[in-house]
Amino acid sequence: MTAQTRPTQPAEDTNLRPLPWRRMAGVTWRQHRFAFAGVAVLLGALAVYLWILGSSLHNAYAAATACHPAGSPACQDAVNSFNDMGSFLSNGIIVQVLPVLIGAFVGAPLLAREMETGTFRYAWTQGFGRWRWALAKLVALGLALTVAAELFSLVLSWYFQPYFGPGNQALGLAELSPFVTGLFDLGRVTFAAWTLAAFSIGALAGMLIRRVVPAIAATIAVYAGLAFAVGGFLREHYQSPLVTSNLNVPESAWILGQWWTKGGAVLSQSALRQAFDSAIQVVAPVVTSRTQKTQAYNTMLRYLTKHGYTQWTRYQPSSRFWPFQWIEGGWLLALSLLLLAATIWLVRRRAA
Amino acid sequence: MSMNVLEASGLGKRYGGTWALRECTLEIPAGHVAALIGPNGAGKTTLLNLAVGLAAPSAGGVTVLGGRPAGSPAALDGIAFVAQDTPLYKNLSVADMISITRNLNRRFDRPYAKARLAELGIPPKRKAGKLSGGQQAQVALTLALARRPRLLVLDEPVAMLDPIARHDFMAAVQAAASADGVSVLLSSHVLTELERVATYLVLLARGQVRLAGEVNDLLTANRRASLEELALSYLRETPTEVAK
Repeated sequence: MTAQTRPTQPAEDTNLRPLPWRRMAGVTWRQHRFAFAGVAVLLGALAVYLWILGSSLHNAYAAATACHPAGSPACQDAVNSFNDMGSFLSNGIIVQVLPVLIGAFVGAPLLAREMETGTFRYAWTQGFGRWRWALAKLVALGLALTVAAELFSLVLSWYFQPYFGPGNQALGLAELSPFVTGLFDLGRVTFAAWTLAAFSIGALAGMLIRRVVPAIAATIAVYAGLAFAVGGFLREHYQSPLVTSNLNVPESAWILGQWWTKGGAVLSQSALRQAFDSAIQVVAPVVTSRTQKTQAYNTMLRYLTKHGYTQWTRYQPSSRFWPFQWIEGGWLLALSLLLLAATIWLVRRRAA
Repeated sequence: MSMNVLEASGLGKRYGGTWALRECTLEIPAGHVAALIGPNGAGKTTLLNLAVGLAAPSAGGVTVLGGRPAGSPAALDGIAFVAQDTPLYKNLSVADMISITRNLNRRFDRPYAKARLAELGIPPKRKAGKLSGGQQAQVALTLALARRPRLLVLDEPVAMLDPIARHDFMAAVQAAASADGVSVLLSSHVLTELERVATYLVLLARGQVRLAGEVNDLLTANRRASLEELALSYLRETPTEVAK
């Protein structure tokens, strides 16, 4: 046997400084460039589409608000043409699923694929160290998705702007409450926050389930449950609702409930209908057109109020939109960080 | 060279209620090609997973490369591990795998990796998933050797390979061991392939070490002519395993 040549080993290698974080940039890019590209193409294409739709929506809105004299047939046409637009996107359902799509198809496979194919045994035995590897990937992807979602929500909020105009009600233009379920989630804070939450749910589900397809399914199920619970029950309690006996609650308010009282007692549905029927006979026995109907209804409300009835409305005023956005964004961010921390903890402690 | 590349004391690993490895006390000196042999389910993979830090011990402890705790940054820095079935990112090209491995490690000899793959005729642009099993094993071995490890750990590296690929792979391992002074720890149940390369032997059965020592010493002491004969004589003492 010939003399062996041994490479000299660095003497200080028992006290190693960790490898710099920037090393993970190239790794994350090479492994996830298709996910990055997919999200960019999806959001980019939708943004262009929204921009095209939004341009004509904004033009129609400008035409309707600038029209003089208001109420003339020409102006009524302009108002109608605005109101007939955007029925496609006005309830936001199409974009509603974007966060969970991104979360399920980028977040869930991130670790599940490593576990499913066994490549974690490669990745976790490299010099970088496994929990730092997981942290770097989760932070890089989570941040990139949050930024992409935020950019997209800029286009979204621009698109929906005409529906929140303060003068819409007076002009007969369609007005939406920014709290409407399906719109509130698309806000400037909430859209990005829900995207990050979906990604974090996906990452943890992937690490727990360790298989790509079941992890995607679990992510969609958990996200849908959470979004439903928040929209249906939790959100209205961020601040205690206001209660008013004023009949003119603005359309931009989020109305949570309405009831009538007479002499301090709450009226039942049947008692209320009786009161309505007899009142309508007095104020407007014959109603033909749609405009007359609205007028008759309002006259009837005033008539009832005069006769000792009180209508109560429980609502969230539209001025609370931004506080609500930040409250929801804040707790979603906290939840996401918690889920990501749990994921990294699992990577660190999981035995092969 | 007195350093031990692996030291285990009272090492045990339990999955659920069953011990995959029990009471394992072992010292493997540097400078060997150490073969870890035993029937399926003997605890070979478990011992290797513990040594590279993929699994945490349920009892006892294990250190590598002269006292570094298994799985610690210092240990990971000096060990290159090729897992069973040589997992690679199937949708990435060989060049991408080189780039990723380089980024994830302090040392990486890229010219060596490129030269070795060129020598093997493996095109760098080819997706890892499109390579043959033998080529994938060679890529995984190349990535591991380019890290310039002091200890190379291989889990059943040739189990999935055809005889020619098996021969080429073991020749590459032996070349790395003799030319670069890399210590090697490999598990296998293919005894004939180990015959030519192994200089140290660890025999596991039913989660326990049955025999450990330098191959030449063991053969002399047991009066056996070959490693295969020696291994079989010990494995026959535990008849249930032979039945498998």
